[in-house]
Amino acid sequence: MTSKIVVTGLGATTPIGGDVASTWAALLAGESGISTLEFEWVARHQLPVTFAGQAKVPAKDTLSHKESKRLDPSSQFALVAAREAWADAGAPDVAPERIAVEFSTGIGGVWTLLDAYDSLNQGEARHISPMTVPMLMPNGPAAAIGMDISARGGIRTTVSACASSTEAIANAITRLRSGDIDVVVAGGCEAAIHPLPIAAFASMHALSRRNDDPTTASRPYDINRDGFVMGEGGAAIVLELEEHALARGAKIYAELAGGGVTSDAYHITAPDPEGSGAARAMLQAIEMAGAKPTDVMHINAHATSTAVGDIAEYNAMKKVFGDHLANIPVTGTKSATGHLLGGTGAIEAIFVILALHHRVLPPTINLFDQDPAIPLDVVTKPRPIPAGPALAISNSFGFGGHNAVVAFRSYEG
Amino acid sequence: MAHSNDEILAGLVEIINEETSLPAETIELGKSLQDDLDIDSLSMLTIMTDAEKKFGMRFDDNASSTLNTVGDVVEYIAKTQA
Repeated sequence: MTSKIVVTGLGATTPIGGDVASTWAALLAGESGISTLEFEWVARHQLPVTFAGQAKVPAKDTLSHKESKRLDPSSQFALVAAREAWADAGAPDVAPERIAVEFSTGIGGVWTLLDAYDSLNQGEARHISPMTVPMLMPNGPAAAIGMDISARGGIRTTVSACASSTEAIANAITRLRSGDIDVVVAGGCEAAIHPLPIAAFASMHALSRRNDDPTTASRPYDINRDGFVMGEGGAAIVLELEEHALARGAKIYAELAGGGVTSDAYHITAPDPEGSGAARAMLQAIEMAGAKPTDVMHINAHATSTAVGDIAEYNAMKKVFGDHLANIPVTGTKSATGHLLGGTGAIEAIFVILALHHRVLPPTINLFDQDPAIPLDVVTKPRPIPAGPALAISNSFGFGGHNAVVAFRSYEG
Repeated sequence: MAHSNDEILAGLVEIINEETSLPAETIELGKSLQDDLDIDSLSMLTIMTDAEKKFGMRFDDNASSTLNTVGDVVEYIAKTQA
């Protein structure tokens, strides 16, 4: 029988909290992490979108001066989240060669790259900081974590847009099942609340423009949803085989029961309206969990609050679950956090893990008038999970036609 | 206008302090950049880049190999700006 993979540590810094406990409490309380951007560059560039989900606690508050100076904001979020997760797991005493990192970003060190370009335009090439390359590279966050915990079993960054960190968690399954690795730190981060990415996402009409009411702008499944809301932060989970966790007396939050990764090869940004690739990813994750669709009792949906995305995901879910879909409570937590792009799958995985651990489903906020074309059972207030084993999935989809799904099961010991 | 050695040292201390967070009073002329101040090669390049901007001078491409102490850097800047 295949060994179970279990979750033994959690870490996060998000628009609704500087750590896991405060983030979870704010999520259950129905708080929004979205606010108006108070930067001069908003007006200077005439940005059509003037709000986002900014990290509740700046990473600089917990990092040293040298770390802040040498790390792009995306890597700073990564390090804050990974340190919390590693400490939460009891800082496992494991040979460095048997520790791996699977940590993603969707965009990479965009602040570093664009600041350096601004400097270049103002002066000479020789005045560019020698730290520019290590700070902008997309594997920078994973490398920073790896150095911090001495992970020498391989440090990898999967980049698949907004599916990135769910795919990173799915990749961890393969690493642990290989037998070469005892512990994986998996997750993702993003720090792209910068005028250029905002302008670029706005230019493709992907972002909500509800500038006069930021806290209700992210409204998955609402008939008046008008786009996603950018968020920033990072999230990390510590994964290991069950016997390894038990042998060292670790606390276990939940079981990572399965993962599925597929691609649409349909359109560079639009989801396949049939949802075939997304459906296959969900089925793969459920099958790897040794389960069937009717066993799934909760879905943390990708649910970005875009007109086409939410309906495409619904179509994919219908394909997988059929009539059983009506029995599955679904949550769209981007309503509270905004969309952390390459970090979103990791924070949503944590929400599923904590839901199973605490036996309560977190709410979707801002559902004022549910789209009749998406007749899901949307959780709008914290809802208890009935007793017994529970299987839940978290969906993530990304530009490029990437689909990634992970399945978690309540851990009964 | 050329900077005095004292001005150069004061400016360099500011740069090193910003890069490393070392207290200004520990950054003295005789201190070894690598052994005493624990400045690695990337930090050294950052300090040199910042010094070029501050003092309007240029380090040769292979200058860092000849700069062992804080005093070496002050002297190099003083000589090069003249």
